[in-house]
Amino acid sequence: MTSEQAPQPGGRPPFPAPVPSQDNEPFWDALKQGELHLQACASCSALQHPPRAMCASCGSFDLGWRQASGRGSVYTYAVTHQPIHPALQGFTPFATVLIELEEGPRLASNLVDVAPDEIEIGMPVHVVFEPLNEEITLPLFRRA
Amino acid sequence: MDSFRHRVAIAGVGETDYSTNSGRSELVLALQAITAALDDAGIDRTEVDGLMKWSVDTSSEGEIASNLGVRDLAWFGEVNQAGNVGAPLVAHAASAIAAGLASVVVIYRGVNGRSGRRYGRGDVTGRRGQGGAAFTEPFGLLTPQHSLAMTARRRMHEFGTTSRQFGYVSVSEREHANRNPRATFYEKPLTIEEHQSSRLIVEPFHLYDCCLETDGGGAIVLTSAERARDLKQPPALIRTAAQYGGGRGRAYVDTAAAGLAPRFWRQAEVAPGEVDVVQIYDHFAPYVIFALEDYGFVERGEGGPFVESGGIRWDGGALPVNTSGGHLSEAYMQGMNHLIEATRQVRGQSTAQVEDCHLSFVDTGVGTGAVLLERAS
Repeated sequence: MTSEQAPQPGGRPPFPAPVPSQDNEPFWDALKQGELHLQACASCSALQHPPRAMCASCGSFDLGWRQASGRGSVYTYAVTHQPIHPALQGFTPFATVLIELEEGPRLASNLVDVAPDEIEIGMPVHVVFEPLNEEITLPLFRRA
Repeated sequence: MDSFRHRVAIAGVGETDYSTNSGRSELVLALQAITAALDDAGIDRTEVDGLMKWSVDTSSEGEIASNLGVRDLAWFGEVNQAGNVGAPLVAHAASAIAAGLASVVVIYRGVNGRSGRRYGRGDVTGRRGQGGAAFTEPFGLLTPQHSLAMTARRRMHEFGTTSRQFGYVSVSEREHANRNPRATFYEKPLTIEEHQSSRLIVEPFHLYDCCLETDGGGAIVLTSAERARDLKQPPALIRTAAQYGGGRGRAYVDTAAAGLAPRFWRQAEVAPGEVDVVQIYDHFAPYVIFALEDYGFVERGEGGPFVESGGIRWDGGALPVNTSGGHLSEAYMQGMNHLIEATRQVRGQSTAQVEDCHLSFVDTGVGTGAVLLERAS
C-alpha cells in the first residue's frame, strides 16, 4: 500500500493493482476479454491457480489455459474492520473472499453487492468482470 | 536420528527491555541483546565465530561482527521468510556446530516493531501487487493477518472453534505475563469479557487476538553441548530442530504445523504427550489452538475446548503454553522471546516455571519450524 494510491472504480478500496508477470500474463489477458481462464497442464490436464511455472501435479512445463465456467462458492472469508493503512480510511469494513470454483481451484476475490455481514461459507456465486484500468480487469463475484 | 542431537546446546539467552519506543537503533538493540546473552552464558564476545539473523532484520552479520569485535566470522547467514524463522535458524546454527564449522553461533533479532516499520500495516511484507501478491493484494489480502483470518474462519466452520475459545488463549497468556516483569502487560490483567467486547480488527480477530507491536532485541547463544556443560548456565540441549517450507496440506485449512509434525516427532523420537511445556508462535491467538491441533498435542476440534477448560494455563493446566506471555502479552519479538522462554523452562528459570521440566517445545511460525529442548541429565 502507498498513500498516493487513487481510489478504484466502483468505489473499491485502493488496493494495490496486480502486476502481471511473464508466467501469468494470459490469465490477465483473458480477463480483459471477459473470460476467466485457469492454468491447465497439457500433459496431465490438472488445473492450478495461482498460475505457476510448472505443473505441480506432474512436473510438466507444457502449460496451457482453459476457460472456467465462472461458477463457484465461498470457501472462506475475512472482514477487515481496521484500516491498516491511511489510504483505507473510509473503505472499511471490507470483505475478502476465497472462491472455490466448480472446477476445483480457489481464488481470492471480492463480492459485488453483498454486505460483509451477509457472507456465508458455501454461498453460491458467479464471476463478474471489473475493469480497473486499460490493462487490468479483476475477476469479482456476485451471488448466484 | 539427528546428527546434532544432544551435541549442541543453547548456552545463553538475552533480551533488552521491551517498549513501544526504544529511542535507539535496531543495531543497538541487537547488540545489547547479544551482549546480554553472552554474559548469561559466560562467553567472551571475541569468541563468537557464527552469526545468524532473520532475513527481515536490518543489522547485517558483518555489522554486528565488527561492533562485537569478532575475530574470525566462520559462519553467517539468514533464513528468508518473514518473522517465522527462529527455529529454522536454530537448525542451521546447530548443523554448523555439529559439523565443526563454527563453535559459538549467536542468533539475534533487533527490531523497532512499533516505532519503526510496522508489520501490521504491511510495511515489511507488502509486495505492491507483484509476483504471487498479484493474486492476493488486489483483493485486500494486504498483510499476513488477512490471509490468517481466512484460515481461522474456515477452521471455525469445519471444527466448531469459537471466538470465545480464542479469547481463552489471550486470557491464559495474559495471566502468564502478569507473572513476568519483562512483559509488556505485566501489570494489566485481561478478562474474557474484555476480549469478547474488544473491537474487531480483521474478523474473526478481535483486538486481543492480535499480537503486540514491540521495540526490542533478543539473542541466543549456541555452542557444543560439551562446552555448554562448563559454562555459567545449565545447558538447554537441542534434542531436535527442524524447518518446513510448505508442500503438504489443504490451503486455508491446515497450518504448516500439520506438514511439519510427522517429520518433527519422528526426528525427535518423542511423542507430543511427553512434552512438558510448549511455546507457540502466537501472531494471532487462534493459531495457538490450531498449532496444538496440527502438531498433535490435541485432536482436531479439541483445541478450543482444551484451552477453554484451562488446559494451557500455568499453573494447573495439562500443557502450559506461552508461559512468558508470548507475542500477545510479553512482546512481539517474532519467536525470539519464545526461544528464550523455552530455554528458561529447561533451566528452571521461568516466571511460570513448569515443575520438573525435561522437554520444552518451541514453535516459531505455526509449523515453519520447531525446536525441542531437553534438560541435561
